Amino acid sequence: MNVIETNGLGKSYRHIWALHECTLAIPGGHLAALVGPNGAGKSTLMNMAAGLTVPTAGAVTVLGGQPAGSPAALDGIAFVAQDSPVYKNLSAGDMLHLTRNLNRRFEQRYAQDRLAELGIPLKKKAGKLSGGQQAQLALTLALARRPRLLILDEPLAALDPLARQDFLATVMTAMADDGVSVLLSSHALADLERVADYLVVLSGGAVRVDGEVDDLLASHRVLTGPAGTGQHVEHLSVVQAKRAGAQAHLLVRISGPADPVPPGWEAHPVSLEELTLAYLRAPGSTEPPGPPSVQNAEPTEMAR
Amino acid sequence: MTVLTLPAQPHQGTMPRQVPWRRMAWVTWRQHRATLISVPAVLGAISVFLLIAGLKIHHDYATLTACHPASSNTCGTLNTNFNRVDWTIGNTVSILLHLVPALIGAFAGAPVLARELETGTFRYAWTQGFGRERWAIAKLTLLAIAVTAVAAAFSLVFTWFFQPFLPQEDQSVYTNTVFDLRVVSFAGWTLAAFAIGVFFGMLLRRIVPAMAATLGVYLGLALAAWGVRAHYPLAVVTSNPSIGGIGPFSVNDPLVVSTWYTGPGGKPASQSVVSQISSILHNGQNPRASLTQIIAQHDLTQWTRYIPVSRFWPMQLFEGGWLLVLAVLVMAATVWLVRHRAA
Repeated sequence: MNVIETNGLGKSYRHIWALHECTLAIPGGHLAALVGPNGAGKSTLMNMAAGLTVPTAGAVTVLGGQPAGSPAALDGIAFVAQDSPVYKNLSAGDMLHLTRNLNRRFEQRYAQDRLAELGIPLKKKAGKLSGGQQAQLALTLALARRPRLLILDEPLAALDPLARQDFLATVMTAMADDGVSVLLSSHALADLERVADYLVVLSGGAVRVDGEVDDLLASHRVLTGPAGTGQHVEHLSVVQAKRAGAQAHLLVRISGPADPVPPGWEAHPVSLEELTLAYLRAPGSTEPPGPPSVQNAEPTEMAR
Repeated sequence: MTVLTLPAQPHQGTMPRQVPWRRMAWVTWRQHRATLISVPAVLGAISVFLLIAGLKIHHDYATLTACHPASSNTCGTLNTNFNRVDWTIGNTVSILLHLVPALIGAFAGAPVLARELETGTFRYAWTQGFGRERWAIAKLTLLAIAVTAVAAAFSLVFTWFFQPFLPQEDQSVYTNTVFDLRVVSFAGWTLAAFAIGVFFGMLLRRIVPAMAATLGVYLGLALAAWGVRAHYPLAVVTSNPSIGGIGPFSVNDPLVVSTWYTGPGGKPASQSVVSQISSILHNGQNPRASLTQIIAQHDLTQWTRYIPVSRFWPMQLFEGGWLLVLAVLVMAATVWLVRHRAA
């Protein structure tokens, strides 16, 4: 079952495409990371999957073919939007009660225990909680609904490193215990590298690459060889080419681990971060295909 | 940290039954407690003032009507005092109370959805299992009923308070400033103002602009209603010359829509006669006598289209009715926006 399936999905605001021609099929049972710089269209994609935003073009279905926003979809999906919106004037306990009233299922016991665990007093106003506590409260409310799909939009942005770890541990536990599928977005891949087993790289409103992390790692490698010549590598599908001194580093997509290494080149496995960065920097689909340009490596937000 | 686990997942795959409507009662109460308490509290406080002031006014009026002989100096003083002191209160109150529906629309109606959109909490509310249209329908209906009921109850206090002024201050029950403070009309205006408020909150997505738009549109609508009220389809036509035409008006006067004259044999009155009558009505010394004279002289018939006092409640229901229809349409448009406007 695909938890999210999009077909030619697009959303434009005032004639500018926030997301364009997006076709995806994210299978269930994964922690899927949706990665891309700010403004890449991550929130737009998530809002449409959650049924908040109506697509301009194409279609999105969830939980094995349910239209996004339909009663069945709302029932099975818990969405925590960016900045974890909660009613600031309601207490944590009231937020629990509110969420219980607005949903068919709600594990009150679980939610209370978890808030106690996190040291969030039920009587405290949500607006008086720290950013990390608000995020944890929103996550608790979402998990207590027993969703089949949990969509988290930039949940880690407001959290300190310790809170990030706690937050992700909670998500991983729910996945292991309850089989909930997760789609999580972030502009910082480093947080997700250890936990995500499915990757969607989004940039400029378009999907650059997507697939299971293991498959992606197995189908890409870095070739190191003499710069400038491009010998023996013309036939390869080069995602990105970098030059460091006299050496060139090419990140290439291969058909399998058995693909022969071109003579004079050395092959290395690729890390998830390298792979993501390469796809983010690769020329967009708007540029005509041609020989890969050689760029200098520079640190970006993605690498930090 | 220790790890909490969830109980096993229940059976899945079947179409979920909907979350029951009644759950929204607690949700609405908890989220709009401030509105649901402050509207009755403010109107309650004004009611207490009206009761205290009203007791004095009723007492003054009773003393005035019991005064004999009416032409005496004592009675004259009482009369002057009532017209000066008590009527100042009554008149001011009746003018200020017209703000009540507008303020309810702006302060209770406009923020209901605009606050969700301004703070981003709609992303929470609209992705819960309840469903956003049902959420909006339930919430708006409950709040609308609450503010309308409170306004209707408040209007009854005002009606009692204002009673002595109707005969004493030449107010007809159809006087515009009085008619729309009576129970059915007042409830209707409050409901319509609330609906307009939530609509602009959803349309403009910001509290302050929505409040301003609500006040502006409500004001325009209320003033327009003053002009069209006489044209509600409840008028009758009479040739009885004692009805209509000339003031002063009193509590039992009908609402005169129009007056016209026909000559002998039902032919329209000549232009010169019409202009004579017109000048009498506008600047005559003793208009009623002069009018009677000219009618007799030219063998005229005076026709009057008017709304009798006996149709006060049908008039109230008609006004309340169209306001209810308007409010329902505006709320339906609001729910449509909730459903279709991209977030």
